[in-house]
Amino acid sequence: MLLEVKNLSTEFQLKRGIIKAVDDISFTLDKGEILAIVGESGSGKSVTSHSIMGLLQKPGRISGGEILFKSRNLNKLSRKELQKIRGNQISMIFQEPMTSLNPVWRIKDQIIESITTHMQVSQKEALARTIAMLDTVGIPSPAQRANDYPHQMSGGMRQRVMTAMALACGPELLIADEPTTALDVTIQAQILELLYRMREKFQMAVLLITHDLGVVSEAADRVIVMYCGKIMEEADVRSLFTRPLHPYTVGLLQSIPQIDDDSDKRLYMIKGMVPNPLTMPPGCPFSDRCDHSMERCTKEMPELKEIAGQKVRCFLFEEGEGGGLGAK
Amino acid sequence: MLKYIIKRILMLIPVLIGVSIIVFLIMRVFSPDPAPIVLGQHATQEAAEAWRQANGLNDPIYLQYWHYLQGALTGNLGTSYYTKTPVIKEIMARFPATIELAVVAIILASFFGILIGVISAVKKNSIFDNAGMLLALIGVSMPIFWLGILLIIFFSGTLHWLPSNGRINPLLEPIHITGFYLIDSLITGNISAFADALRHLILPASALAMYSMAIITRMTRSSMLDTLQQDFIRTARAKGIAEGRVIVRHGLRNGLIPIVTVIGLQLGSLLGGAVLTETVFSWPGIGAYTVTCILKSDFPVVQGVVLLVAAIFVLVNLIVDVIYAFLDPRIKYSKKEV
Repeated sequence: MLLEVKNLSTEFQLKRGIIKAVDDISFTLDKGEILAIVGESGSGKSVTSHSIMGLLQKPGRISGGEILFKSRNLNKLSRKELQKIRGNQISMIFQEPMTSLNPVWRIKDQIIESITTHMQVSQKEALARTIAMLDTVGIPSPAQRANDYPHQMSGGMRQRVMTAMALACGPELLIADEPTTALDVTIQAQILELLYRMREKFQMAVLLITHDLGVVSEAADRVIVMYCGKIMEEADVRSLFTRPLHPYTVGLLQSIPQIDDDSDKRLYMIKGMVPNPLTMPPGCPFSDRCDHSMERCTKEMPELKEIAGQKVRCFLFEEGEGGGLGAK
Repeated sequence: MLKYIIKRILMLIPVLIGVSIIVFLIMRVFSPDPAPIVLGQHATQEAAEAWRQANGLNDPIYLQYWHYLQGALTGNLGTSYYTKTPVIKEIMARFPATIELAVVAIILASFFGILIGVISAVKKNSIFDNAGMLLALIGVSMPIFWLGILLIIFFSGTLHWLPSNGRINPLLEPIHITGFYLIDSLITGNISAFADALRHLILPASALAMYSMAIITRMTRSSMLDTLQQDFIRTARAKGIAEGRVIVRHGLRNGLIPIVTVIGLQLGSLLGGAVLTETVFSWPGIGAYTVTCILKSDFPVVQGVVLLVAAIFVLVNLIVDVIYAFLDPRIKYSKKEV
């Protein structure tokens, strides 16, 4: 097991109160596996990735749990030790390729910096490796483009550069935080393709953070659905799409427009809004938006239960009903 | 780039013509008649009239300006009414002292301003930040002459550590090559003169640097606060780079543009002469001298100094603009975009 997150909680202490952005989540990630975390804005998926990387900005802090990477608790490491792992064994690509690269440095210098920080190589070797990486991620004439500044490249090219930089030291885990969100659809497909290829080539695990179920269905092996900082459902990608259990997952899948649906029916929409994180209801956070809400749902928090290889947090499955909801 | 620089230098011409017209008019409209000041209060009407005639002050003002412009174009800025020395010589005798003081002051101000600004931004809302901002507030609000006097009382008067006036001990004065004592003494290998000149510079430069340092500190802090929020800083941290390097090589390097701008503006105004500092420390620079000449209605000197200062201001800003292009590859001064 490469990564094991155990009961991780991350909170933001604001003047108005404490926001539990990530609330007691646990999951594991194996070598070479692609795990997707899906959820809407504010579900805690990005905070999860930042917690793993130790990139939380004040006032955010990890309030509980463990992040075990190859059995070492990242949360307990000193800043120096964490720096040795970041960008080396665990690296990350971000949502905003337009702003995530340093505008005043040539891209080769940014990648070389990453390499020379973690590997004992000469400048010349680092440059050669940089150009090879740029080639691997599909940048044409990499030796010339290496001299470019970020503003001379398109968004898709920049995301390739970010990927090359993240992969430069041969990480065992790549965290991709909405890597395709800011890109247009054809480029999205190319970047996903690239991630897939890199996974095969370097045998690395990928933690893919996204709100886009289309991306999930294309790329992931396993999926975690998050809502208000909690894991609602966890399943392998096939089961999730053919047999979603949680009413929230069902709602998410129903809200995807189907190109072969000829009926004039309006697109399904989950009613209501995400609750205010400062005034979270005591029960299931989804209870007031749920079509199947029972009295119990508003008072108690259901546990994450395993049902036929899938995990789901919902009372509908508590009494062993097993698949109390059918997928449409 | 070269084209841009040439264009900017050519734009200096209309600026200088404009400035010369304004200073020419102001001197003649608002300054008292120089004749009685030059000749003394007991001079006769006839003598004053003859002096005015001889110095062309009875001509129509446009004709006076025309003569002045003709002279200026041939490098003749006139002679001082009092010393009868060419204005250029008068300026050259004093300007190196001003440059030396201004440059040392701006180096001090930039070094400490950026240092304190960066620390304040990185340790936002900490005790360091509060102390830094308090210092900056004191710096912008404290009158320079008062700070100068305090420095003299403490370091010269009480502690006897540093000299309180002049540029150098006259006995140690190096041979004039550039007019900058620090450079001249080094060229001639005169170490004791160098040390003495440096000792003389410390107090006035510190007093002068205080205000600029405060401005630079504030600009650095706000620029760094902004830069450190950027996504590429997060990328740098995610790369596993040490925090100090993230702050300097990624943060400060990107936040430098507004900082360089204020440093340029501050240097430009310091080179115009620091009247109060020069007066307090008896520094033989251009600022205090110009004020004396304004009070004595020494028209040619005032016009010459103002022209020089305007030209320097424009050039310093040009240099700042050129530095931008080196700091930020996105800034290009040619029409061709890559």
